[in-house]
Amino acid sequence: MAANAVPHSPSFTNTFYESLFDVADGENIKSCLQCANCSGVCPFGFLMDFPPGRMIAWMRAGILDEVLGSDSVWMCVSCYACTEVCPKKIPLTPGLMTRAKEEVLLAGNVPTELQSALEFSQRYGNPLGESPRKRADWAADLRPEVPIMRKARRPVDVLWFVGDYPSYHPRVRQTTRALYKILTALGIDYGILGPDENSDGDTQRLAGERGLFEVLAEKNGKAFSCYEFKEIITTDPHAYNALKNEYPKLGIEYPVKHHTEFLAERLDELKPRLKGNGELKVTYHDPCYLGRANKVYDPPRALLEAIPGLELMEMPHNRTTSLCCGGGGGGMWLDGFQWEKAHVRLSEWRVREAVNTGADVLAVACPYEPPRFEDAAKMVSGAGNLVVKDIVELLADAMEE
Amino acid sequence: MTHILVPVKLVPDLVEELQIAGSGNALDMTWLRLIISEFDDHAIEQAIILKERSGGEVTVIAPDQEGMDDVLFTAAAKGADRITKLSGDFGEGFNNHALARAFASAVEGLAPDLILTGVQGNNDLDGSVGPCLAEYLGMAYVGYVAGVSLEGGKAVIKKEYPGGLIAEMEVALPAVLGIQAAEQPPRYVAVSKVRQMMKETSIVEIDAGDLDPSGGLDVSRMYLPEAAERAEMLQGNEKEVAARLVEIFKEIGVI
Amino acid sequence: MNNDIYVVIEHLRGQVADISYIMLAAGRDLARETGGKLAAVLLGQNAQALAENLAADQVLYGENAALAEFTSDAYQQALAGLISENQPRAAFFGSTTIGTDVAGTLSARLNIPLVSSCSKISDGMIVSQICGGKIMAETKLADTTTLITMIPGGYKPEQGRGGPPEVKPVPVSVADLKVALNQYIEPEVADVDITKEKVLISIGRGIQTADNIELAQALADLLGGAVSASRPVVDQGWLPTSRMVGKSGQRVKPKLYLALGISGAPEHVEGMADAENIIAINIDPGAPLFDVAKYGVNVDLFDLIDPLIEAIEAAK
Repeated sequence: MAANAVPHSPSFTNTFYESLFDVADGENIKSCLQCANCSGVCPFGFLMDFPPGRMIAWMRAGILDEVLGSDSVWMCVSCYACTEVCPKKIPLTPGLMTRAKEEVLLAGNVPTELQSALEFSQRYGNPLGESPRKRADWAADLRPEVPIMRKARRPVDVLWFVGDYPSYHPRVRQTTRALYKILTALGIDYGILGPDENSDGDTQRLAGERGLFEVLAEKNGKAFSCYEFKEIITTDPHAYNALKNEYPKLGIEYPVKHHTEFLAERLDELKPRLKGNGELKVTYHDPCYLGRANKVYDPPRALLEAIPGLELMEMPHNRTTSLCCGGGGGGMWLDGFQWEKAHVRLSEWRVREAVNTGADVLAVACPYEPPRFEDAAKMVSGAGNLVVKDIVELLADAMEE
Repeated sequence: MTHILVPVKLVPDLVEELQIAGSGNALDMTWLRLIISEFDDHAIEQAIILKERSGGEVTVIAPDQEGMDDVLFTAAAKGADRITKLSGDFGEGFNNHALARAFASAVEGLAPDLILTGVQGNNDLDGSVGPCLAEYLGMAYVGYVAGVSLEGGKAVIKKEYPGGLIAEMEVALPAVLGIQAAEQPPRYVAVSKVRQMMKETSIVEIDAGDLDPSGGLDVSRMYLPEAAERAEMLQGNEKEVAARLVEIFKEIGVI
Repeated sequence: MNNDIYVVIEHLRGQVADISYIMLAAGRDLARETGGKLAAVLLGQNAQALAENLAADQVLYGENAALAEFTSDAYQQALAGLISENQPRAAFFGSTTIGTDVAGTLSARLNIPLVSSCSKISDGMIVSQICGGKIMAETKLADTTTLITMIPGGYKPEQGRGGPPEVKPVPVSVADLKVALNQYIEPEVADVDITKEKVLISIGRGIQTADNIELAQALADLLGGAVSASRPVVDQGWLPTSRMVGKSGQRVKPKLYLALGISGAPEHVEGMADAENIIAINIDPGAPLFDVAKYGVNVDLFDLIDPLIEAIEAAK
């Protein structure tokens, strides 16, 4: 039920403001110019009671309580657009907005949809509420078999961290199988954790559940430590962000690459196998957590341009200005709540932009995106023929059988 | 000071596949994931709501099943004042009558004014815990309760009937109420708060003693119903399909 | 103990509930096994007329002002007296807000066994469905009076209709009641609460325009249900959010979920997978909802709706 978050009154003091200084570069918040770049670029800024800039202003004025009594912090999709444009390099997304959500969540002010996703993550190790025993079911009928570390019991070169949606969501499983096809074709020595894998926890962390993130990270860390491998790859930019930037803070550190980085390194081996799909006009959407958050812009484009017959077109918002699909920061589990407030979906804006480029295909590189953009394409006029595919699906399609 | 007691139990989590044990008349426990009974979760929530509204103390009491500690600490994080575990052999032959008797002897010392428990559990085969508990304690029982307020030694309750009809009733305290739904869905509590409770609070343990399951019956056989994999696709032209659908509607009981 | 089977009749505001007739059908099966009489137990005030369609050999009628409306302890006291005196082989109660208030307390009070969620009697065995319908359990009658709570599904109400049976007044006395009925509160008619509906006609993008919703409404009216929808329909503004089924909407468990033009994305299925009977109508043979539904029809829903409406009207 898309009910409004239950109003509780959290107690809130100067300790919140000061706690922000503990985040890396958090002290920069003291030099906020109130330029409103952040609130302006925020996709839902126009709807928030307290977009980032205003939140800082009110905190400075000492009127703290009201900020957290509002539930509009749940409109934040943690897309890093604000952080990207802040002239004072204030860590708005990982610092201010995440901390605000943590406080609101501690006070019990959580929309019910999000609550379910968090409770499922705790109980089943994934936000979808699926049985953890079925996490590798996507691989069950594939031959050659997908090596599951617990059964394979040998060192591998690459540990493929599959992720929640790529494991369970019917649409995103297609992406997973495409990567499987390519790894097999390239003869990569890899393995997956299967049922030993838990959600990376990054989106839950950004939705304000730091405690839950730590529990999930600990579990994954324990699973990693049982096996030998040289590096981790993942199709999920959120998992990539967690493994690369957050897990090391908990003492869990491994080299990690996004699948586009990994495959771009092997372009020489890949290119001869790409026969193409005929003339294809493709536009690429930079995912927030691959692009802005981790500055990976070129490898995905290199892969697309390697496909014969593919014409790559850029949308007006690209690279650092890419428009978020709306799935981050809990947005994936706040659809009803955000729809009630906004009556627009960020994914629809982005699809409209894709359509306007004249592209046949919207290429993506994050597991949240295929279901979000395909749903949006049903609603946007003129998008009836727009195809949404992960880069790895386009590569697999272009490969000879 | 109103003392509210909430007896809870864990039931099989239906997300997982259920298997029958080799004996052929019980569930295979090794495959089972246990989860708090949904209605017991609502009972905890209703108790906390009453405490927040009119003051009082909330005690949550549960049998020592695997995973119960987490449930109890979560209840503490939501606002329960005391969390108590009954230690005993809650494996074979443990049915709701046995559990209700165990609760009843533990409750003797606690003198609650009101007992809230889930109206049913998904694995109830010998009735539910609430009615038995009420009888063993000599208290009145009303079930399918979706709203409670306390007014001068009585509980004023909303009892759910089909079709959205509500019966407002008064029950003399102390009484046992079988909760169908709390006035608000069970609140979310941050993992960090639960972990904090684990450090700050401790679970009181009470020995359940020997369990007496009389009132339940031996199950002759347990089995899985025949599963239908995919929909039965109805064939024929529109008129034939419409006729078949009407037959189905009759079978189901909607016509 | 004799071999008679009792069925405790449930009635509310002058109407006998369907479960009562269903229990009579089951009771008949059990009485055949035990060789005893099938006796309906009817409690109330000036309620004798409710006995007229009960397919029982006899109706034991307990009249008392305190039993005019159902309250748990009044019924419990009356039945405790009746059962402990007459010692029937078994007694059926509905697995309902009425039956479950009484059966469990009686089991504890009289120290006799209780079996829950019985869906049918098969070769003298009590067959129960538990764990969301995922597990079946069979039990035998005990050596003492056995109480049984019953769920629908194994018998049709018609099988329990018949009569008029012989009505035998029995004395019932109650004292020191702790539960009192203040009033009944009617549900609000304005808002439709889809979670409480037994029948839902649910529409998806396949309905195509807002005007077509009236076709779904016609079906809903004929089957005594309401119209619900998947997210795209609500997004278009054709129906309010309160009608939305799914992850972002509500979770429903109706007896019948008839889905028109809904593909069955996981986010939608999450909201209705527990429905008892799911029927999916979709022009796309690959619609995921066909994997969840009990029955499916691969057809253009607009070709089917009118013949279906006609067929239902003819049957009623």
